Amino acid sequence: MTKALNGEEVAKKIAKKFPGSIAAADKAAVVVTSKSLYQVAEFLKNTRTLDFDYLTNLTAVDYTDYFEVVYHLISLRHNHSVVLKARCYDRDKPAVPSVVSLWRAADFQEREAYDLMGIIFEGHPNLKRLLLWEGFVGHPLRRDYL
Amino acid sequence: MTLLEQFQLWLGSIWPGWAAYIVPAIVGIVVVLGFVLTMVIVFIWYERRLLGRFQVRLGPNRLGPEGIFQPIATAVKILLKEDIVPTKSDKVIHWLAPVIVFVPVLMIFAVVPFGERAILTDLNVGVVYVVAISSISAVGIYMAGWASNNKYGLISALRAVAQMVSYELPVVLAILGVVLMAGSLSMTQIVASQKIPFLLLQPLGFVIFFLGTVAEMNRSPFDLLEADSEIVAGYHIEYSGMKFAMFYLGEYGHALAYSCIIATLFLSGWQGPLLPPIIWLVIKVMAVFFVIVWMRSTLPRLRVDQLMAFAWKGLLPMAIINLFIVAAEVLWLSEITPWLMVAVNFVFAGVLVLLWSKLFTLGGGRVEV
Amino acid sequence: MAIRTEPFILNMGPQHPSTHGVLRLRVTLDGEVVTDVELVMGYLHRGIEKLGENRTYAQIIPLTDRLDYVASMTNNFAYVLAVEKLAGIEVPERAEYLRIIMAEMMRIANHLMAVGFFLNDLGAMMTPVLYMWREREKLLDLFEMVCGQRLTYNYMRIGGVSHDIPEEFLPALKRFVAEMPGFIDEYDRLLSQNEVLLARTKGVGILPKDTAINTAASGPVLRASDVKWDIRRADPYSIYDRFDFEIPVGTVGDCYDRYWVRMQEMRQSVRILEQAIAQLPEGEACAKVPQLLRPPVGEVYGHIEAPKGELGFHLVSDNSIAPYRFHIRAPTLINMTALKDMAIGWKVADLIIILGSIDVCLGEIDR
Repeated sequence: MTKALNGEEVAKKIAKKFPGSIAAADKAAVVVTSKSLYQVAEFLKNTRTLDFDYLTNLTAVDYTDYFEVVYHLISLRHNHSVVLKARCYDRDKPAVPSVVSLWRAADFQEREAYDLMGIIFEGHPNLKRLLLWEGFVGHPLRRDYL
Repeated sequence: MTLLEQFQLWLGSIWPGWAAYIVPAIVGIVVVLGFVLTMVIVFIWYERRLLGRFQVRLGPNRLGPEGIFQPIATAVKILLKEDIVPTKSDKVIHWLAPVIVFVPVLMIFAVVPFGERAILTDLNVGVVYVVAISSISAVGIYMAGWASNNKYGLISALRAVAQMVSYELPVVLAILGVVLMAGSLSMTQIVASQKIPFLLLQPLGFVIFFLGTVAEMNRSPFDLLEADSEIVAGYHIEYSGMKFAMFYLGEYGHALAYSCIIATLFLSGWQGPLLPPIIWLVIKVMAVFFVIVWMRSTLPRLRVDQLMAFAWKGLLPMAIINLFIVAAEVLWLSEITPWLMVAVNFVFAGVLVLLWSKLFTLGGGRVEV
Repeated sequence: MAIRTEPFILNMGPQHPSTHGVLRLRVTLDGEVVTDVELVMGYLHRGIEKLGENRTYAQIIPLTDRLDYVASMTNNFAYVLAVEKLAGIEVPERAEYLRIIMAEMMRIANHLMAVGFFLNDLGAMMTPVLYMWREREKLLDLFEMVCGQRLTYNYMRIGGVSHDIPEEFLPALKRFVAEMPGFIDEYDRLLSQNEVLLARTKGVGILPKDTAINTAASGPVLRASDVKWDIRRADPYSIYDRFDFEIPVGTVGDCYDRYWVRMQEMRQSVRILEQAIAQLPEGEACAKVPQLLRPPVGEVYGHIEAPKGELGFHLVSDNSIAPYRFHIRAPTLINMTALKDMAIGWKVADLIIILGSIDVCLGEIDR
């Protein structure tokens, strides 16, 4: 059984290393500030006790006043999982750092989130639309897209 | 003296010379063409039915008894299709290519003996003629691929040249073994000299020749030119209507021609007890084609570099060794009973094939980029 | 004199017999050697995620059928599991077993098709496909018996399955389970030691273990690269912890391993089916679930081991009748990330079989 790590405990570990990086934390998920997302992700991936080597799922949710980018991470070795989130409040140009250099699995998923939700992943090597065609106006999965 | 020459001679005694020369030629050509086209249609039907059997399905069985009219329906369908020429193609070459593929195939039948004296022209260099004429198709395929202005076509065209040139060598060397044993280049002489079919006398030569010809007529597992799962249809991707029909007929005509050649060179041609010669030839041709279809339905395709490796590292050395063995045998063993030769050659063939299968593995092929 | 050469850009697809749908590969070639691959997709994009936001929870089930249309039953399964996790619904015992039976049948049906078309990409002229079709047809008949459909089943419901199996189903399934190992042996005899198949697939398109993990490859693609990770074992959902089965893993992660893993998985699925039939209890086929489900506010990520890999549904609920956000983690889309690594340096023909060995389904990639 994949053990879902308690978000609060993971948040404590992260906060010890990077003070001020945690925006919120509950049992289910850790929310980090989008500025520190990359460092936190790197920490989660490269710490031996956590060792999150497998980025299962990456998606974005539009909560109208902010966007939430959700990362589902799994460690194949320890068989535990954690949910990492980052929020961006800028509606015109929501941006989070890209994690492609850590997990290449994020490549298509970030492009998809950019395509459909309009999240800009800074540092993505090839941030183009994935499913819709070049020149499509708008991002259809946003709540205000009609 | 062939039947045709006899006919000419007889006609010459009652008609003026030029008519006596031309009329029998036309009659002969019409008869042979009739045979070829009928057989091609039978082949199309035969292959479809066989493929059906091999693939746990029925195959066409609706049109006529056992679906025998299905190829005719196909032909009608193809002929009624619009002839599309790509705008940016090289129009003249695009038009010419199917002709150049199709005509040499028909020309091969000029030297195929259908019976003891039933042959269009008994060339004294018949085998050389076959080899020379059949290579022309490669030019046609290259032209088709190039003129279509299509990238798949281009890849196919380049593959065609490489494949045809490579497989020509082992094929010719295998034929040399036959020629050595028969002591003649004439097709009639080769058939006449086969008291024991050369299949038994030169099993290795037969295998090499067979694989080589299968590769030359682009059939699976060597169908890289058409490779519908990779380059879609290869050189005839931009052809439709009658031009496509020419390629289609050319393909089956090629299969028929090579089946005839294989039957003539290795299976003692029209010879056989009881039945008339033409029936024996058809039976042998059908048997050869059966094996070709069997291979097609069973084996996956080789990759292009493996195909080349198979020709140059596999078939060519074996063909050369075979040639030396046959030469030595003709020199020293021909006085004794031929059955000794059969035994020796089967042993040689077994050992060589086994040796090659151990020493020579296909695979690998990654290129650093 | 050096001959000047130019790279050759080939647009493979969207109409191409071996892209398994409307995928476009923009391939840069040096002669026949692939130097770059760029994937262009979206030709089958139907906006299922957006559609889902305007449907009730139960209405989404038929949408999930259209994801991976080769294995639609497992899509149903993954979705209803995620919704049940979100709403906290208990599923009757019998329904759990029926779901597992369907999921494993679907896995066999999918792998039959995957292996068959993989051989077709190798140029085997439809023969393996048609042999595999023979058995897949029997499975489709079984599905038809259960729910009247052969492609898009819409059989699973939130809280169970739509209705119980008919009485002639179990004998037919037992017959299938009894004869299937023999058929797999037959395929093994025909294919696994075929010289041409070995020459074409051994060592071709190797996906190293660390790359496989880093690109989050899943399913047979991941396991072929010697990673023993099967969600049925690692994170048992439904009642998979009650069954005894093995996880076949490959050794190097080449095309042959991916082929081999699929062949072995079919055997294991037959084993699971045998056990599930033997243990199948009597009882209800569906729990009592309100017509208009309003799950509590929250979010859930439910994932299962679909035949093609990890199929996940990320649902966000705002306590209304429709999900607030409905995201699908499509296994083949993410498996395709590593295609470039596998294909570069190989020839066009190898690119095709590498793509075939990933077992793509465009309904799922484009959604």
